[in-house]
Amino acid sequence: MSNLHVPNVEQLRVVDLHAFYGESHILHGIDLHVRRGELITLLGRNGSGRSTTLRALMNMVGRRTGSIMINGRETVGMAAHLIPRLGVGYCPEERGIFASLTVEENLLLPPLVRSDGMSLDEIYDMFPNLYERRFSQGTRLSGGEQQMLAMARILRTGANLLLLDEITEGLAPVIVQKLAQVLIKLKNKGLTIVLVEQNFRFAAPLADRHYLMDHGQIVEEISAAELDAKQGLLQSCLGV
Amino acid sequence: MTMVLGIPLGVLLGQLLLGLINGAFYALLSLGLAIIFGLLRIINFAHGAQYMLGAFAAVLALKYFGVNYWAALLLGPLLVGVLGMLIERYLLRRIAGEDHLYGLLLTFGLALIVEGSFVKLFGVSGASYPMPEQLKGGYNLGFMFLPVYRAWVIVVALIVCLATWFMIERTRLGSYLRAGTENPKLMQAFGINVPLLITLTYGFGAALAAFAGVLAAPIYSVTPTMGANLLIVVFAVVVIGGMGSIMGAIVTGLAMGLIEGVTKVFYPEAANTVVFLVMVLVLLVRPAGLFGKEA
Repeated sequence: MSNLHVPNVEQLRVVDLHAFYGESHILHGIDLHVRRGELITLLGRNGSGRSTTLRALMNMVGRRTGSIMINGRETVGMAAHLIPRLGVGYCPEERGIFASLTVEENLLLPPLVRSDGMSLDEIYDMFPNLYERRFSQGTRLSGGEQQMLAMARILRTGANLLLLDEITEGLAPVIVQKLAQVLIKLKNKGLTIVLVEQNFRFAAPLADRHYLMDHGQIVEEISAAELDAKQGLLQSCLGV
Repeated sequence: MTMVLGIPLGVLLGQLLLGLINGAFYALLSLGLAIIFGLLRIINFAHGAQYMLGAFAAVLALKYFGVNYWAALLLGPLLVGVLGMLIERYLLRRIAGEDHLYGLLLTFGLALIVEGSFVKLFGVSGASYPMPEQLKGGYNLGFMFLPVYRAWVIVVALIVCLATWFMIERTRLGSYLRAGTENPKLMQAFGINVPLLITLTYGFGAALAAFAGVLAAPIYSVTPTMGANLLIVVFAVVVIGGMGSIMGAIVTGLAMGLIEGVTKVFYPEAANTVVFLVMVLVLLVRPAGLFGKEA
């Protein structure tokens, strides 16, 4: 556990990342880096390329050029199913709960990628609702429970770099609060988190830094301390 | 003699038994088709040829290498399964993600090539396969005579079908298969080697067809077109059961065999068409099939 907290270890470094869906060029040279234990957000309007950036990191888009170093390994050109094995957990925007699997089967689906993941007991402790409904069909859960399940699923694998896409979207405030508590716990455990978030008020108090995206590019990097000073820019870019 | 609706009970039960045996083959074959369709989204027109290859593998292995029935029951599926994996890896994978039609045409073309080559090599009349010693003879049930081999076919087909169902619905590997059927991209993002899963699945479906082929060898004549004739009915079974439904394929396969058997007793002229009649009715009432999920 101790080396998780060593500062300045780069968990993720992206250099000049371009991504393409067929003919269309959707990411135009992304540069970003995340140190171990940091929580960063990708902010921006719908269609600014935030979700695509996460998908590109997982090799789920068409073609990619540039460099993506994860835990010191180059992953551009790596087969999609090998990337999570470097310790990456991905939670997609649409949550990706499988209808043909029970809650517990959903939870047990992703193979372990590192040895120090949460046990099933710890997970049920953190999300008691999932325990009560463990034999239900995955998609019969409420939206909030499905989101908990999508998060819990990657915590079990031991991934230490989490890519979370719009986890608060469409959820009741009480559940958003619960998710914030979970993220704080994970951060205290030393996990590295990249958060794509629409809900700025949710993200702002949690994050160490923010990357502001527009038109498939990163237009500004803002540290937590600079947030107040850059309110104007944020408002014009996010329309909040 | 007891009569049912003017038919001697023995005759009726005899036809039901024959129907159940046909149904066992329908179930084994439609099960493989359903599994392949579920993950690959391909309508495997080569399924009949794979069934035929299983039967021929048994015949040829016996003739040239003296391989007995029991070994053939393992060897046939193994060989055809490996062949299936090669077909998936080097042909089907190239057209993955394209329209369903390409997969259908490719597998149909493969079936024609294989069947044509076998006609050239072995003639249309085909070969016969001796009944294994241990399964000769029969039981006198009082009202009818039950050949041991037919009982064996029903029991072993049921066991294989239920074991396959159990593997898919109740095990971890099966949960990969079900999840891969729903969202293969996300499965990759969890670190599961989906291309390998697809290759294995196609190989397993082909192996199931070959297993049915070896099982059929001692009771049906082994000809190059034995699979092509059967496959049309099996497609109807899959449509009735619902594309991609595992239990649907098994139950519908057995049920359609029985329905054919009953029809043979009461109105023999319709015995070969009754399955298609059921298909039309099911499509009118439940387009997704009896066990399929509404799209």
